[in-house]
Order: sequence, then structure tokens, then C-alpha cells
Amino acid sequence: MIGKALYSAVETPRMFLDPANFRHPAFRTGMADAFKVAPGIWAWGLMTGVSMVQAGLGPAMSTWMTLLVYGGSAQLAVTPLMAVGTPVWVLLATGFCVNLRFAVFSLHLRGYMMAWPRWQRLTIGYLIADLNYVQFVQNHPQPATDAAGQRAEMAYLCGNCFLTWVGWQVASILGIVLASQVPLAWGLGFAGVLALMGILCSLSSSRMRTVSLVVSGAAAVAAYALPLRLNILVAIAAAVAMCLLIEKTAELNKAGS
Amino acid sequence: MIDAFELLTLLGLATMTLLTRCFFFFLNRELPFPAWAQRGLQYAPIAALAAVVVPEVLVNQGHLISTWQDARLLGAAAGVAYYAYRRGQGQAVLGTIVVGMAVYLPLHIGLGW
Repeated sequence: MIGKALYSAVETPRMFLDPANFRHPAFRTGMADAFKVAPGIWAWGLMTGVSMVQAGLGPAMSTWMTLLVYGGSAQLAVTPLMAVGTPVWVLLATGFCVNLRFAVFSLHLRGYMMAWPRWQRLTIGYLIADLNYVQFVQNHPQPATDAAGQRAEMAYLCGNCFLTWVGWQVASILGIVLASQVPLAWGLGFAGVLALMGILCSLSSSRMRTVSLVVSGAAAVAAYALPLRLNILVAIAAAVAMCLLIEKTAELNKAGS
Repeated sequence: MIDAFELLTLLGLATMTLLTRCFFFFLNRELPFPAWAQRGLQYAPIAALAAVVVPEVLVNQGHLISTWQDARLLGAAAGVAYYAYRRGQGQAVLGTIVVGMAVYLPLHIGLGW
């Protein structure tokens, strides 16, 4: 019994090392998509590495942080707090709140994920950052209902997340090593914003989605003063509510006429 | 090297990453999920990206920018213009990054905008 549980725990989360994933054509598609935004990810990772060291975290601590925490916005939020000796529970609460947008993503991903055993869900889920999520649901608008389709989804995610993870880690460690040579003032991290913007352009393919973009952007600016980047959560809620409201109104109008 | 306390702190933060990214598929339990919420989620990806990107371009030091002489604004505009010119075909996203940076860096480093 214990042996079997241990076996399945060790056996299932092989992810990138599982031939069923890395030999699948969708693995390459996922990597190719991640490559489209790679320069942005690299520049962003590099600047995150530089920022951590320049905030006084030390190269060893910064390296462990990038390897374990693997989330740019959370790392940047807690780094200055750590440098001044903030209590651990405040650090954890900060990390949690800054990452709350991922919880929204996980709700969306649930329909795709529940086909897999828990260990596999958690392993791949840990690696799904903003762009991985967006590119995945863009490529797979509806969850597959058959085993072959589900395997293709998993292979895509593995390829996409693998390339992002490697690129981010290499760039971050490079930034940690070169911290004194790369001034933050150059603003290389802006490439990360441009990468997100390119994907934003590719997503705004319908009128309703453009509404979502505009409402969310405006709400995020209006609520910018909120702490812990909670403006992002407010903006998502506002945009989704507005789009549902417009859909409902259009339905009622159609029914009425 | 780092001490045990620092390592535990980092493991705690890593748990926050895991917990938030897997929040709604952590448990095997069924989740009652109304149809309207399912429909609403299709607008979440673009909303999430817009919420991250728009303030990065339009907000400076906590305030909405009031001048067009802003390297981020012009860099972003150049990137979007390139994407529109390519109609999103081929490596349009890659081009958006390259063109945007080509406009941003000289203005930012050279002119200090």
C-alpha cells in the first residue's frame, strides 16, 4: 500500500522526462510558442536577478530564491522586505497576495487539469506563470474530452513551461552574477512588458475581448494605489463582470425585439 | 551559503507560489461551477495581461503620465504599430519586443525620458 503510493508519487511527476510528453509533437509547439516571447522573459529574468542582489539579498540567497520561488513579481515584492528583516508571516502574506491572479488562472485551468493525478497537476501547476497560462488557453480554447487530446494538452504545457523555466533561471542567475555590471537604470526589464504586450495584441481578436482589455487596463490604473498589486485582481474582476453584463444585455435585447 | 531559517523562509514562499498556481485544482473534490462563471473566464486571460501591462506603460511613480515624452509610452506604441503592420503573422510578437526596445532604449538611456 505504502509502496504503491510512493511509487505513484515518484512515478507520475516526470513531466519533461516522460517520453509520452517530450516526444509528442505538441511539446515542440509549446516550446515554439514560448520562444516567441523568450527575449522578454530573458530580459525580465536578468533584471529580477540584478534587482535582488542590488536590494542587498546576497548572491546565494538570490540564487536559491529564483530556483525555489520562481515568480518574478512575488520575488520583487518580498526582496526589499527581506532586506529590512520583516517577519516571515508578512513575507508569506505578501507572496500570497501578489500571486493571487494565479488563483484565477487555476480556476480556468481546472477543466484541463482534473483529468490528471494530483502529483502531476501540482508539478505542472507550479510551473505555469502568466504567459504559459495565456498561451495555453489561447492554443486550447476548450478542454479535450479524450485521452489523446489530454495528452496533447499536457505535452504542450510541458514544452511551453520547460523552455520558459530554463530561460528564466539561466537569465536570473546571469543577472545575479553580473549584478554590479548591469545598471537597473538601463530599464532592460521593459522587454518583459513588451512581451506581454505582444501577446495582448494577439489576444484582442474580438470586440468583447477588446472591451475586457480596456476595462481591465483602466481599472488597474485607477486602483493602482492598492497595496500588494491587488489592483490586478480588482481589474480582472471588473473586466469579467463588465463583459458578462454586456453579454446579458445583448441577450435580453435580442429576446425583447 | 544560507542558513536553515532563510531556507525555510524561501520554502514558505515557494509554497505560496505552488498554492496560488494550483489553488483551484489542489483537491480532488468536485467544485460546483455555475455556467456564467465558466463563460466569464474566457475574458480572464486578456484582462490579467492588460492589468499587468497597462499600468507599466501609463503609470510613472504612482501617477498617470501627463507627457508624451515618455520612453515607455513611445516604445510600447512602436511595438503595437509593428504588430499591426505585420497583422500578427509569423514572429510578430518577437518583432514587437525588438522594435519596442529599439525605440525605448535610445530614448531612455540617451535622452533620459
